[in-house]
Amino acid sequence: MNRLGDLERAIMEVLWQTDSALTVRQVSNGLTQSLAHTTVMTVLDRLAKKGFARRERDGRAWRYRPAATREAYVAELMLTALAQTGDRDAALARFAQSVSGAEAEVLIEALSGLELEHQEGETEGDSGGQLWGH
Amino acid sequence: MGALTEAVLLAAVAVGSVRCAHAMLRVSWPRRSPAAAILLWQALGLAGGLAAVGALLAIGVSGPGPQAGVLGGFRLLANRAASGQLVAPHQPLVLTGIRFTALIAGFALFTALCGVLVMAFAGAVSARRRQRELLALLAHGDPKVPGALVIDYPAAAAYCLPGIRSQIVVSAGTLDLLGPAELTAVLAHERAHVRARHDLVLIPFTALRRTFPRSRVIAQAYRTVALLVEMMADDHALRVRGLLPRELATALLRFGTAGTDGAPAGALAVAEGELTARVTRLLTPQPPLPRAAQVAVVIGSAALVAVPLLLLVV
Repeated sequence: MNRLGDLERAIMEVLWQTDSALTVRQVSNGLTQSLAHTTVMTVLDRLAKKGFARRERDGRAWRYRPAATREAYVAELMLTALAQTGDRDAALARFAQSVSGAEAEVLIEALSGLELEHQEGETEGDSGGQLWGH
Repeated sequence: MGALTEAVLLAAVAVGSVRCAHAMLRVSWPRRSPAAAILLWQALGLAGGLAAVGALLAIGVSGPGPQAGVLGGFRLLANRAASGQLVAPHQPLVLTGIRFTALIAGFALFTALCGVLVMAFAGAVSARRRQRELLALLAHGDPKVPGALVIDYPAAAAYCLPGIRSQIVVSAGTLDLLGPAELTAVLAHERAHVRARHDLVLIPFTALRRTFPRSRVIAQAYRTVALLVEMMADDHALRVRGLLPRELATALLRFGTAGTDGAPAGALAVAEGELTARVTRLLTPQPPLPRAAQVAVVIGSAALVAVPLLLLVV
């Protein structure tokens, strides 16, 4: 990940940690590394442009707060990833969709069958499961 | 060849493609050689689209005077238009009307197909950009899954964002759910998607389905190709040294049955038995098509696309 990305992330962490809107100086103080005031301002500006941060006037200064909680963004990511519409979006390729109902029951049975088989194989000295792993 | 003869032949290719697609939905060999089958599916889609557009255009440019195929017909039409005689003289008005309707329909179909294709692609690109932005803020690495990003989320999720800056994403729930060998299998499967740009394989079918949302054969074709793409990625994943089909199968089973927490209730069912089909294929593998048959599929696919192209140009 690039340096700018790391900064955005670190600054978002600071914003997420508190409920109140922060000034650039307060954000700077919240960071573990010390950064130039203008750098922090630039990154906050970028975050506001991308829609991740909201800024509001407070006298002569701007105050920043996150546009949404961290959890909300995680939910957005995962909602796309877990979309159960059956209409696979072309944007990403999932490993597998989850199943339910009768098919799930059959598959859970198949899984326990496989696990049992594997355990028996292990005790008989089958090294299949140990081929990889280092 | 006259434009009308070409129209008939092109229409025959279009109808043949649809027939062939129906047949492809019934046969079982695609699961033995998914790559060859996907190629044939692509050829069917391309040939069908080209032929349908071509047939309409050929009717549109057919008319009296020297016969010179679709391209030649367009030249004649352009000449007539340049000399201010767009409507050929001494022709029944009905025929002229039919020709213009066909011409407009041909262009409309072509524009719709291309437009939807571009939109599907643009939509995917922008959705991926948003994902990457969010991942940059939220994801972290984990030694359990080298090269992949981890999102702290309890449910099982694993996917890749294809593209130039491709990315594999795994949820923390997946790390808890799967053993090391199974995680290797998941990563190998996703890497296969990324490396072979499987997203590009699916995009034309996504576009087709959006153009004809009511067509059952297109919906089925889409699901079939999507499943074949997954099977192809499964096959590629098994090329990773030491990875056993059983490990990929258990990964699929654990993953698929991990519960659908958070999924909206009453959502449309996923294509019936997709996961079962993949697992069955891994545990009781069937030999791939003989080489000669695979070569025949490749040649057939090339011919399928070449015929309408030649008909349009000659």
